[in-house]
Amino acid sequence: MTPGAVADWLGAVSLVAGALLSLAAAIGVLRFPDTLSRMHAATKPQVLGVLLLLLGLGLRLRSPSDLGMIVLVGVFQLATAPVAAQMIGRAAYRSGRVDRDLLDVDELADR
Amino acid sequence: MTSPGTGAARPSGTSRRAQAWAGRRRDQVIAYGWLVLVWNLFWGDFSWGNLLGGLLVAAAVLVFFPLPPVTFSGRLRLRGLLVFVGRFVVELVRASAHVARIAVQPGYVPRSAIIAVQLRVPTDLGLALTAEVLSLVPGTLIVEVDRDAGILYVHVLDVHGPADLAASRARIRDVERRIVETVGSDAELRMVRSARVDKEFS
Repeated sequence: MTPGAVADWLGAVSLVAGALLSLAAAIGVLRFPDTLSRMHAATKPQVLGVLLLLLGLGLRLRSPSDLGMIVLVGVFQLATAPVAAQMIGRAAYRSGRVDRDLLDVDELADR
Repeated sequence: MTSPGTGAARPSGTSRRAQAWAGRRRDQVIAYGWLVLVWNLFWGDFSWGNLLGGLLVAAAVLVFFPLPPVTFSGRLRLRGLLVFVGRFVVELVRASAHVARIAVQPGYVPRSAIIAVQLRVPTDLGLALTAEVLSLVPGTLIVEVDRDAGILYVHVLDVHGPADLAASRARIRDVERRIVETVGSDAELRMVRSARVDKEFS
């Protein structure tokens, strides 16, 4: 196989893996019992899913101008997803949308 | 990059102020260069027109949307950075696999907990980076930050007992140590390595 074909195949695998992780993230957001748990699904598999999609895209496109854009999207995804999740989680906690029956310990309550 | 404040002689008042000024100036130059680079990457190619546009836009951003100065007293350590990135990728993959698995597991309702963790090196930069990274490694998500006390309130997903909470505390301290080993000063490095792990809040 030529290097181009190898990159194409690796790119295809990355695209499928990223799509599956994004699907799992969506299922998690839908199924998890409360907002804070849902934010776990909205950060970890979601971020890795996007990064894998970007990796797949980069391996298929292989042009410097596209790669620059792809790297930027990845950097900003890594920087912003946790911040967004924290803001939503904090708002949910402060407005009492936490299912206390599901919490083993809450050390924020006695602050 | 050199690290200010680690010289042998104790700087006097005026030279300390001059040093702080130089530090701020350096941070601004780095921010300026980064913004120009981002602008050019957004347009997809480097040309004189994009460079000029980038210089103008970056100047406008820095003048009209100034950010509070970041107290960065350390330096970038290449070895720490490599270790940090390697571990981060591994943990991101593990975290994603874990959350994806319990998301699709039929009939499973994960239990969780919120724990308070006192950081050993409560600088603004360390606090922010630790909080950010915690949301992307297995099990933890930042909920609230007590900036003055240097305490992070962390939501832990999929808890089965006290052992899981202890493991999460250890993981959070690990993340903090790796971040200090990447961007911390020598003094912060000593702090994070020598501070004993007290059993707080538990």
